[in-house]
Amino acid sequence: MALDAETREQLISSVRRFVDERLRPIEDQVSENDAVPAEIVEEMKELGLFGISVPVEYGGLGLNMEEECLLMFELGRTSPAFRSVIGTNVGIGSQGIVMHGRQDQKEYWLPKIASGEVIISFALTEPEAGSDAASLKTTAIRDGDHYVVNGTKRFITNANKAHAFTLMARTDPKTPGAKGVSAFVIPRDIPGISIGKPEKKMGQQGAHICDVIFDNTRIPADCLLGETEGKGFVTAMQVLERGRLHISAVCMGVASRLVEDSTKYAAERKQFGAPIGNLQLVQAMLADSKMEHYAGRCMVIDAAKRRDAGEDVATESSCAKLFCSEAVGRIADRAVQIFGGAGYVADYGIERFYRDVRIFRIYEGTSQVQQVIIARNMLKEVQ
Amino acid sequence: MKVLVPVKRVVDYNVKIRVKSDQTGVDLANVKMSMNPFDEIAIEEAVRLKEAGKATEVVAVSIGVAQSTETIRTALAMGADRGILVKSDETVEPLNVAKILKGIVEAEKPDLVILGKQAIDDDSNQTGQMLAALLGWAQGTFASKIEFDGDKILLTREIDGGLQTLKLNMPTIVTADLRLNEPRYASLPNIMKAKKKPIDEKTPADYGVDVKARLEVLKVTEPPQRQAGIKVESVEQLVSKLKEAGVIG
Repeated sequence: MALDAETREQLISSVRRFVDERLRPIEDQVSENDAVPAEIVEEMKELGLFGISVPVEYGGLGLNMEEECLLMFELGRTSPAFRSVIGTNVGIGSQGIVMHGRQDQKEYWLPKIASGEVIISFALTEPEAGSDAASLKTTAIRDGDHYVVNGTKRFITNANKAHAFTLMARTDPKTPGAKGVSAFVIPRDIPGISIGKPEKKMGQQGAHICDVIFDNTRIPADCLLGETEGKGFVTAMQVLERGRLHISAVCMGVASRLVEDSTKYAAERKQFGAPIGNLQLVQAMLADSKMEHYAGRCMVIDAAKRRDAGEDVATESSCAKLFCSEAVGRIADRAVQIFGGAGYVADYGIERFYRDVRIFRIYEGTSQVQQVIIARNMLKEVQ
Repeated sequence: MKVLVPVKRVVDYNVKIRVKSDQTGVDLANVKMSMNPFDEIAIEEAVRLKEAGKATEVVAVSIGVAQSTETIRTALAMGADRGILVKSDETVEPLNVAKILKGIVEAEKPDLVILGKQAIDDDSNQTGQMLAALLGWAQGTFASKIEFDGDKILLTREIDGGLQTLKLNMPTIVTADLRLNEPRYASLPNIMKAKKKPIDEKTPADYGVDVKARLEVLKVTEPPQRQAGIKVESVEQLVSKLKEAGVIG
């Protein structure tokens, strides 16, 4: 159920204030230490950020997609590493349970996910299965009242902090492709699960991705998500489709920050005896960034509203993810250009954003995967 | 113990204030409004008293336009139990605010009223003191610490060059200073829950108060623009410039 305008406004301004007062002042520190301080994570729990997408009956806020995106516009106005702290609980980690979990799984996991007591990660990608997710090799073979899991998952966000995983594994090795894949929700503390060292990344220091290795890991059979095997791939795709709008909103949050910073700098920085904002070539960059931010924001809101109204927005979600992630890349590039030398050195944080936003074009479906989805859907309609 | 906290809807402290071109006041069109920051501190203190088991109920009251409900909702999201909106489209001056609050105090019978020491829009710093006078209650203004000593309140005030501690009889009026506490963020779940908390709607007439203004604002102007300075080459030149300006003899 959609919130009234006043409550929605209060939620937005509460997140905005938290970002302005608590997160923005420590962006450099988080990047330097490659860690979000524990007290900030606690404050995020108290604020209720972990539970925004979990239904009210399981202790969350039960926000609809538009409301979630509006909050992500705000949370995006700082280093994306902060968003990553709640990202898997709000999105890819939890939504499989919300969409396809059994009643007992929802009752057990969702309240803990909503409060942040449990951090949950999404384990789909493998060393040899990225964009071609249906080719995944990790197996989960039924053995009495257990499944035995073997395989390696790669680049798993928040794996080193996770208490649980939504895992995609092949339960039927004889069936290649999507149909042989099932989804599981498993606690981290089962013997036989090991976590690799956090990868050294180009950006988003403070957010971590690691390998997750399963070595003859025996998981109880009731960890299977839902009632039947073979539904895992569909679950993964539905979760990712929803996640695309969330990521698009985060992209436009970062974009708004960069537009704001670029404009302020252009108004202050003087060259040739006047602010560089007076120069038409600088104005062109500002205008292009503003235009792209506005276009992306409109796309996100439109697609989210349609999704909330029950429409199939697979194409629109991919359009939004493709446009917003590419646009924020261009906006970050222009920000570096407007800041000039100051944009290239670390002190102003602009080069940090430039590195941070690069991943948006890659994870949760690369730009090329989005293009394929969009075009395939278009052609399907005329065939 | 029941605590009453008046809260005022003011221009958000982050907003750059612009004066209307006809100098009749501040431009409020499309300006973000929020709870007066000192009132937030007052609510925080009241909610902490409740959490500590000392207060049983926290009532937030706001006097002003219909949108003041939003300010009350913020107080409810922070932990107040219920709200009272006294609706008025007129500007309500501090004395009239104090008279309305006196009416509310007589109806609600709180043991403690915590107000912000002043509102950041008009900086009047009068309402708490006037309310105490109208009620004939004790008052402790600019509180930086509130403790209880039996049925009395020990209140620390920040004064020039040090601290002053007062012992006050209950019921009492307290006005909150900046360092009394650091107000919490209204959490998202509490913002949702605040929707269900009751807000009564009243008018100044319900308390027999006529809000007609006694003061007339002649004009409101922006602070003068700071003039550009000059650079001097030497101490001698500085001294002569200062003499020219008549700053030194």
